[in-house]
Amino acid sequence: MQIIVQIVLVLAVVIMSLALMRGGSNARHLAIRRIMLVLFACVAAFSIFFPELLTRVAHLMGIGRGTDLVLYGLVVSFLVFMATTYQRFRHMEAALTKLSRRIALDEVALPGARDEQQRRADQPDRRLTPPAHGGQ
Amino acid sequence: MYNEASVVGTVIEGLREEFPNVVCVDDGSTDGSQGIARAAGAVVVQHPVNLGQGAALQTGIEYALQDPGLDCIITFDADGQHRVVDARAMADRILSGEADVVLGSRFLDDRTKLSAMKRLVLRTAAVQSRLATGMALTDAHNGLRAFSPGVARGLHLEQNRMAHASELVHQLAEMNPRWVEQPVEIVYTDYSKSKGQSLLNSVNIVADLFFR
Repeated sequence: MQIIVQIVLVLAVVIMSLALMRGGSNARHLAIRRIMLVLFACVAAFSIFFPELLTRVAHLMGIGRGTDLVLYGLVVSFLVFMATTYQRFRHMEAALTKLSRRIALDEVALPGARDEQQRRADQPDRRLTPPAHGGQ
Repeated sequence: MYNEASVVGTVIEGLREEFPNVVCVDDGSTDGSQGIARAAGAVVVQHPVNLGQGAALQTGIEYALQDPGLDCIITFDADGQHRVVDARAMADRILSGEADVVLGSRFLDDRTKLSAMKRLVLRTAAVQSRLATGMALTDAHNGLRAFSPGVARGLHLEQNRMAHASELVHQLAEMNPRWVEQPVEIVYTDYSKSKGQSLLNSVNIVADLFFR
């Protein structure tokens, strides 16, 4: 019996984490994550004052102690935090790449204009000069 | 290139003997590679910060595509592990209209010497990309490739680091161009070995592909 409850719990944790991780950055997912954070904080604070109540809830779920329940919650929120931070980081990296590429391409003359390239080749240390082929 | 000052000059001079236009994407080098590449006769496109090999590849392709007279793009590693002879043969196959994409493979002949472990990892990667894309490649992570302008226009690499090789194969598979493989030799010098990827990096590649 215990093992079945545990398997169900693990599955729930995995599925919920995946759903939140894959959720992306839209407002609804952000709201859900924030609600979960507040709930988790409340439960954590509550458990300090009424530890035996939390343990009873934990027993209902087949978990030994209330502290373990908090620990599991912490693990899930940590995974979600990691995933969302990673995603945000990827988005930022993509933006940085586009920006750097734009700068890199604007800095050199268009291919085919060899004279212009030669002129620039004589000043190898200039970097981040404005685009040579007119404004956008 | 990224900090390849000791070899990039020779590599570019070798290429310039065969090819009129050599573009060298500098990925934020701090050792003066840019000046050496320019002196050797390449157009240097400089990333202001280090972004990774995939990002550099995409930048180089986008730069070349601005040329109206473009007939073929070849990607060639700056560390001297590829051979100009192979690149020439690949360009000829594009220019003759035989194929739209020519991919280098070190496993089609026995010129390249590599360790059993490295061989195993590379072959596994090739089998994996065959299963995932249906393209029966023999070498999935070979930097020497040739593209027709049409195919190059369809490439949009977003994997900045090493996972771009798998991403590239995926995008090729979707375009379904006429592709062939060309036997190429990888020259494993002490220099390229010391700069080359550790096999552990394959873990990073898988992680990059998995968590997109």
